Amino acid sequence: MLEKLFFYFQYPFVRYALIVGVLIALCSSLFGVTLVLKRFSFIGDGLSHVAFGAMSIAAVLNLSNEMLLVLPVTTLSAVLLLRSGQNTRIKGDAAIAMISVGALAFGYLIMNIFSTSSNLTGDVCSTLFGSTSILTLTFREVILSTVLSIAVLILFVCFYNKIFAVTFDESFSQAIGVRADRYNLLIAIVIAIIIVLAMNLVGSLLISALVIFPALSAMRLFGSFKAVTICSALLSVVCAFSGIIISILAGTPVGSTIVAADVFAFFICYLIGIFMGGFKK
Amino acid sequence: MALLTVRDLAVGYEGRAVAEGLHFSVKSGDYLCIVGENGSGKSTLMKTLLGISQPIRGQILIGDGLKKNEIGYLPQQTQVQRDFPASVREIVLSGCQSRCGLRPFYNKEEKRLAEENMARMGVANLADRCYRELSGGQQQRVLLARALCATRKVLLLDEPVSGLDPKVTLEMYKLISSLNREGITIIMISHDIPSAVRYASHILHIGDSIFFGSKDKYLESETGRFFLREHEGGE
Repeated sequence: MLEKLFFYFQYPFVRYALIVGVLIALCSSLFGVTLVLKRFSFIGDGLSHVAFGAMSIAAVLNLSNEMLLVLPVTTLSAVLLLRSGQNTRIKGDAAIAMISVGALAFGYLIMNIFSTSSNLTGDVCSTLFGSTSILTLTFREVILSTVLSIAVLILFVCFYNKIFAVTFDESFSQAIGVRADRYNLLIAIVIAIIIVLAMNLVGSLLISALVIFPALSAMRLFGSFKAVTICSALLSVVCAFSGIIISILAGTPVGSTIVAADVFAFFICYLIGIFMGGFKK
Repeated sequence: MALLTVRDLAVGYEGRAVAEGLHFSVKSGDYLCIVGENGSGKSTLMKTLLGISQPIRGQILIGDGLKKNEIGYLPQQTQVQRDFPASVREIVLSGCQSRCGLRPFYNKEEKRLAEENMARMGVANLADRCYRELSGGQQQRVLLARALCATRKVLLLDEPVSGLDPKVTLEMYKLISSLNREGITIIMISHDIPSAVRYASHILHIGDSIFFGSKDKYLESETGRFFLREHEGGE
């Protein structure tokens, strides 16, 4: 088995996949806690479908670098969605549902009408479930993903205390002079970046899993924000790493293997949580 | 000069006034209770005083060298907070946020301030406990400690006793009174008119008729007599 692993690691694309996969998993888990607590678990889903729509437009337009269109469109939707959560006629969850299924339908429609590809179903499946895209990254995409991931990490560390304050109690933060709207905007932009990155790893249908499972698992075990954040980052990295390794060894699709590992970790944490809770009482 | 002077203020949202014609002033050391029926605009008024909502008309003047970000606030609890994984210390520290500006981390003095205020509110022994596991009264004390990190002068409280049992409610009122005696100005929204009358120095009643004045004047006024009588009749 080890020989087989070493054999695969000789290929640069396998190493790229591992590096980028772990970095993306790390970033997505950090903001997961905030999203789950703000009741925005599904925003990942909504945004990734928007990204899917944008990607199909980019494909039709034959853009050489899809990111140039996908990233701004997704960011704009993220800003609109997070803003709509606060005070509008269409409530947060309904707005997410509308945008997500709308973008999904238009994306598929556009691909179907204009596509020149001979294997349309394969293309769509790959975008939705990310079956192979993590293994076909070019060197430039690897650099871009790494730089964006590191930027997200730095932002998170620098604004950690502010993100905590705004997530825990927005009106208190506003009252003591923290510009909560700016931090909400920042959160929205970062989420959009993460979603676009994560599409390569698990595909647009499975992104929510990457964002919420580590956070939910960690929340079973710990009671402080710092511990939950660290734990969910660790869990996410371990699951992504082992998911990629397993998928290489067993020949399973990368995205769904990672998500399966996340689900598995959640159940273990859930059981440990019940066990520890029993002790406390 | 008064700490806070409000002139002909109208508050509301989306351009629609909920309460208007508000005139009152708060001096340093006052204990003002804002009372009135549900939907009379008490919470909106408080949000406007805090600068979270914009006033529709009128002026809010701040005096006595008070800065906008030196106001402590105890909001009503939200659904999000009930299952938020955060330790008591983390929450109390977040009250120092306004002192940080753009500095990403808390410094020694802010950490000391947080410890001090936890001790002051009697929650120092809970510092590492998870907020969601605490009782309602303990949670309110934690949020009070956080508010005290943000201010030395004024506290705005939005129904601090809602959902607490009678014994804890009494403790909470005593705690707030003791803070007031230490020199902190209190502005509190309350549903509980008899308690408001017992502890406050001034009353602002909003609703169909608006009253502002000292507690004694409120007891003599028509509005005050009417609502107190109604309350006693209801019991």
